[in-house]
Amino acid sequence: MKLTPELIIFVMLAGPAALAAVGVVAFGSAIRSALCLVFNFFLLAFLYFSLSMEMLGISQIVVYSGAIMVLFVFVIMLLNPKLIEERKDLKRPIGLAFGVVLFGVLASQVLPALGLEGPKPLRHEVGTPQMIGEGLFTNYVFPFEVVSILLLVGVVGSVFLAKRRTQ
Amino acid sequence: MDWLHSLHPAIQDVLSAIGRAILAIIPIFAPVPVIIWYERRLLSWMQDRIGPNRTGNITFSRTSKMIPGFLKGKKFKLFGLAQSIADGLKLFTKEDIMPDKTDRFLFILAPLIALFVALTLGCTIPFGADTRFTPVADVNVGMLVILAISSLGAYSTVLAGYSSNNKYSLMGGLRASAQLISYELAMGVALAAMVMNSGSLKMTDIVKSQDAPLYGVVSFIPNWNIFTPMGFISAIVFGICMIAETNRPPFDLPEAENELVAGYHTEYSTKRWGLFMMAEYMAMFTFSMIFATVFLGGYHFPIRWEALAPYENNYLVGVLVMLTKGAVGLTIYIWIRATFPRLRYDQLMNLGWKFLLPLAVVNLMITATWIFATKVYGVTAGWMTGLVCYGVLFFVWAIIRHQSKKTQPQFQSRSVNMVNSPRRVIEVIPNKEVAP
Repeated sequence: MKLTPELIIFVMLAGPAALAAVGVVAFGSAIRSALCLVFNFFLLAFLYFSLSMEMLGISQIVVYSGAIMVLFVFVIMLLNPKLIEERKDLKRPIGLAFGVVLFGVLASQVLPALGLEGPKPLRHEVGTPQMIGEGLFTNYVFPFEVVSILLLVGVVGSVFLAKRRTQ
Repeated sequence: MDWLHSLHPAIQDVLSAIGRAILAIIPIFAPVPVIIWYERRLLSWMQDRIGPNRTGNITFSRTSKMIPGFLKGKKFKLFGLAQSIADGLKLFTKEDIMPDKTDRFLFILAPLIALFVALTLGCTIPFGADTRFTPVADVNVGMLVILAISSLGAYSTVLAGYSSNNKYSLMGGLRASAQLISYELAMGVALAAMVMNSGSLKMTDIVKSQDAPLYGVVSFIPNWNIFTPMGFISAIVFGICMIAETNRPPFDLPEAENELVAGYHTEYSTKRWGLFMMAEYMAMFTFSMIFATVFLGGYHFPIRWEALAPYENNYLVGVLVMLTKGAVGLTIYIWIRATFPRLRYDQLMNLGWKFLLPLAVVNLMITATWIFATKVYGVTAGWMTGLVCYGVLFFVWAIIRHQSKKTQPQFQSRSVNMVNSPRRVIEVIPNKEVAP
C-alpha cells in the first residue's frame, strides 16, 4: 500500500474517531461519554470533508456536535446521573454476540474494498450545496417533506407526553 | 523561493494554508489588549468616569544625576495603553489556584475550547480581494462553517460550569447552553435570508454581490445587504443574536455578577480566566467582522470610487476598511453594554423565541417571495410584492399586539412585602433662621 497524503489524513482522523467511539461505551461518567461522542462526530465530519462532502460534513457539525450534543450535555448536567452498577446477567453475552455479528457484517463490506487497486475518481461537484439542494427539491422532494412531517409529529408527541405527566 | 516550488504539491498546499491561517489570526489576536483598553476607556467616558489613563506614564526626575540631561523633567504619556499588558503580566504570573474537587481535565479543557472557537470563527471571512492570502479556506459552505463553529462555543461555558463543582457555576453553564441554543436558531434563519439574497453560501461571493450600484440606480453607493428591507430586518435579528452568542451585556446572564458571583468562570483565575476573557474579546471582534462581511459589504468602501473617478483598488486598503468596520462594531457592542440593563431570564426567552425567531422566519419567507417575483415578473414587481408583504406583516403584528393587550392583563409592577419592614420616620427639619 502506497503512503499517500490522503491515507495519512485518513489515518489521522479515523484512528482518534474509532478511539472516541470506544470511549463512548468505555467511560464510566456520563459526561465523558457524551464528550467522546461529540469528538467522534467532529472527526466524522472531517472524514466527510476529506471525501469532498462539504455540505454533509458541516451539517454533521451544526446538527450533531452543535445542537443535539449540547442538549445531551445540558440534560446530563441537569440530572447529574450517578454511576450505575451493572448487574451480571444474560445481557452481556447476548450483547457480545450481537456485536460480533455486526462487526462481521460491516467487515464483509469494508475489507474487500481495501484490496482494490485505488479509489475511484470522485466527481468533485457531488458534495456542493447546489447539488444537494437540487436533489432534495426535485427527485427526493416527497421523502424530504414526509421526513419533516415525521419530525413535526415527534415534537408534538413529546410535548403531549410531557404535558400529561405533569398534570 | 525555488525550493518551495520543488516540494510535493500537497505539502505546498499545507504550507500556504498555514501561512494564510497565521495571516488571519494576527489581526484578530493582536488587537486584544487595545480592545480591552478601548472598552474600559469608552465605558468610563460614557459613565462620566476617567478609566485607566496612567499606566505606563513616565515622569523623569528633574534633579537626579542618573537621568541624562535631555530627559530631565520630561513626561511620557501612554494614555493607559500599558494597562492591558500589566493586567496580562499579572494574570500569567500569579499563583494558579484550582479548587479541590474539580474535574481537572474538563476544567483545563473549557477555556481552550473557548479560545479554539474564537480563533477559528473567522476562518472563512475574506479580509481583502486577494484570494491568495485571505480567507483561510474559501469553502463552498462558508456561512455554515461560521454557524457550526459558533455553536461549538456552548461547550466552553457548559464544561466550565460543570467541571467547577460549584452551584453558581453550574447555574451559569445551564443558562449559557439554553441561551446559546435559543439564539442560534434565529441567527441561522437570519443568515439564511441573506444567503438567498446573494445566491451563495461562499463568503467571497456574498461580498462580491454587494459591490453593484445601489438598487441598480445610485451608482456611487454600493448595494450593501443592509440597504434592502429584508437585509435590514436580518441585520437587526443577527445583531441581537450576535450579542447573545458572545455573552455580552445585556445578554450576560451566564455570568450575571449580582446573581451568580461570576457565573461559569467563578472558580477560574490566572491564565485560564485570562483565556476566557481573550476568547470573549476575540469573538466580539470576529462577530463584528462577520456582520460587516454579510451586511456591510465586507472589504468594500461605503462609496464606490470607481463610479466617480478612475480608481485602482488596493488590497491593503481592503484590510484596513475591514478592520475599521470591526472597530465600529466593537464600539456599538460597548455602547449597548453601557446603555441597556441586563435582561431577566423570561425576557431573554421571550425575546429569542417569540420575537426574533418568528420575525426571522417571516423575513425568510418574504425574501423567497421577493426573489421569486423578481425572477418571474421583473424588478419592479418584486419590489411591489416585497413591500406589500412587509406591510401585511406589520399590520398583522399590530393587530396581534392590540388583541393581546386587550385580553391578557399585564403585570408590569411587582410588589415586595418585607417581613420586618423598617418604620418610616419622617424627619422634619425645622427651618432655622440664621441670625444676622
